Amino acid sequence: MTVTVERGARAVGKYRQPGPRRPRTRDSYALFLLPGILAFLAIVVVPFLMNTGVSFTEWQGVGSPKWTGLANYRELMDDAEFWASFRHSLFMVIAMAALPTVIGLVLAAALFDYIGKHFGSRWAAVLRACFYLPQVLPIAVAGIVWSWILAPDNGSLNELLKAVGLGSWQQDWLGDPDIALYSVMGVMVWVQIGFPLVVFMAGLQRVDPQLYEAAELDGAGWWRRFWHITLPQIRPEIYVVLTWCTIAALKVFGAVYVLTKGGPGGATDVPSYFSFSTFFEKTQVGYGAAISTILTVIILVLSLIGLKFQTRSEDADEGIRT
Amino acid sequence: MTGALRRYPVLIALCIAALFMVVPFLIVAVNAVKSPAEYSQNGPLSLPHGLYLDGLKDFWQRVDYSQKLVNSVLISGSVAILAAVLSVLNAYAIGIGRVRGRTWVLAFFVLANMLPQEALVYPIYYLSKQVGLYDTRLSVIIVFTVIQAAFGTYLLSSVLGRFPREIIEAARIDGANKWQVLWRIVVPVSRPTIGVLLVFFFIWTWNEFLLPLVMLISNDNQTVSVALGVLQGQRLMDATMTNAAALLGVLPAIVFFLVFQRTLTRGIAVGAVK
Repeated sequence: MTVTVERGARAVGKYRQPGPRRPRTRDSYALFLLPGILAFLAIVVVPFLMNTGVSFTEWQGVGSPKWTGLANYRELMDDAEFWASFRHSLFMVIAMAALPTVIGLVLAAALFDYIGKHFGSRWAAVLRACFYLPQVLPIAVAGIVWSWILAPDNGSLNELLKAVGLGSWQQDWLGDPDIALYSVMGVMVWVQIGFPLVVFMAGLQRVDPQLYEAAELDGAGWWRRFWHITLPQIRPEIYVVLTWCTIAALKVFGAVYVLTKGGPGGATDVPSYFSFSTFFEKTQVGYGAAISTILTVIILVLSLIGLKFQTRSEDADEGIRT
Repeated sequence: MTGALRRYPVLIALCIAALFMVVPFLIVAVNAVKSPAEYSQNGPLSLPHGLYLDGLKDFWQRVDYSQKLVNSVLISGSVAILAAVLSVLNAYAIGIGRVRGRTWVLAFFVLANMLPQEALVYPIYYLSKQVGLYDTRLSVIIVFTVIQAAFGTYLLSSVLGRFPREIIEAARIDGANKWQVLWRIVVPVSRPTIGVLLVFFFIWTWNEFLLPLVMLISNDNQTVSVALGVLQGQRLMDATMTNAAALLGVLPAIVFFLVFQRTLTRGIAVGAVK
């Protein structure tokens, strides 16, 4: 088998030397791209351009849109609801990107080199599965579970507080404008933690165990090994997780829809819910399109920044190895 | 020995944290088998005095849950297969065919993958009405096939980019055309990666909320997520009903999790670190 393969490769190499045929055979692969490109044009590119176009108009969804230039964007700049929704987005970034990354790192390191080494990989796998479980749950279902637990009367959390004698801590977790945002954040941390944990644990398997052994011989404690070996070694994974989770946080919709519908009084409104309700409840399509266009620009810029950090750290990584 | 003494607290702390993650599931399961009387009398924290399944049965019939399950399976299954086919075709041209401008094509797919659905949802809603696909399961299948294929193309292209070229060129010398090389060699060899994609596409589509919420308004077409989410959003459910909804929503996810656990965790590693 290997012989034929090698001979074949050599024959092709020789055959290809003259060259003029090469571009043609190469490009006929483009036919395989055709269905994909057409589908993308129809489902992603055209709707996206339409949405961007509509954002410069005033339109109720029926009749023809009226061109208004940048009026929607100017209006947004003065819209307190808009600013509030993006401020809440920052809270979501904390709950869905920053906290899960930090907690995920500590958990992954603990599972990998404490539990995995001293109690066996089975323990580590079972614990990892527990942390990962919420990730496979549809976000709408996670929302139902938590709105039932956080219900003001007879909800499990309030009952639990009463049972342990902390009755005065009982709250209307999702109904109180001062608390609702933090409650949603708590739910999102619970939902999100599994993702960084699994990615980091996979990344840790790449790390050369000799590094840890050497550090241990030098008398470095767990914390210093974590800081000086684990963190730098899985930097690419950290960038990937931070980018993905930040984008997911900016897009969060289902949880808000099910838990609070942006309420009470807009206390948990986020850009995606804001654009959804502007589109379909207020039917101010042009205005909704402007909100989603701004959201898109922010997400694309963040993706590019994330990608840049990621490739840079991978390059640096390879530099160290060679 | 001091090491062992110090180790156990870490294990215990992690077990408590893991328990905290799982408690919501347990408490939902425990309460779903209580009668409403028992629930209102003893609250959510007591253990059930026996198995009361009428609440679940009522809820099942009320929302026609069988139909919702069929819809979800149909939509997610079709999307998984179609999106995998589309990803394979794209990735074959990019990773193995190395078509000109492939970096740009790939960048295009990656960006398409990043776009928030909020920026597509209204035009898709509007266009689907124009072509008569609004409120059909087919519309959701088409849209998610394309959206999921964006990720699949990205992942598979980098996998196929490392495909041993000798094998392909040997097959070409033996007279196989590109189509045959794709189905007889590339697809069988890449089966593990394609398997990961199928599982991911299925679960992601199952969990999708915004687009199905907008596109599927009639009861007969709704998916599990949408039907439950809408019911909850209407705030019409009492505690027992919410509880039944939660359990019925959680169960399929747990089944997928148990069936696909290995693929999921492995797949995430593949996806994140290329």
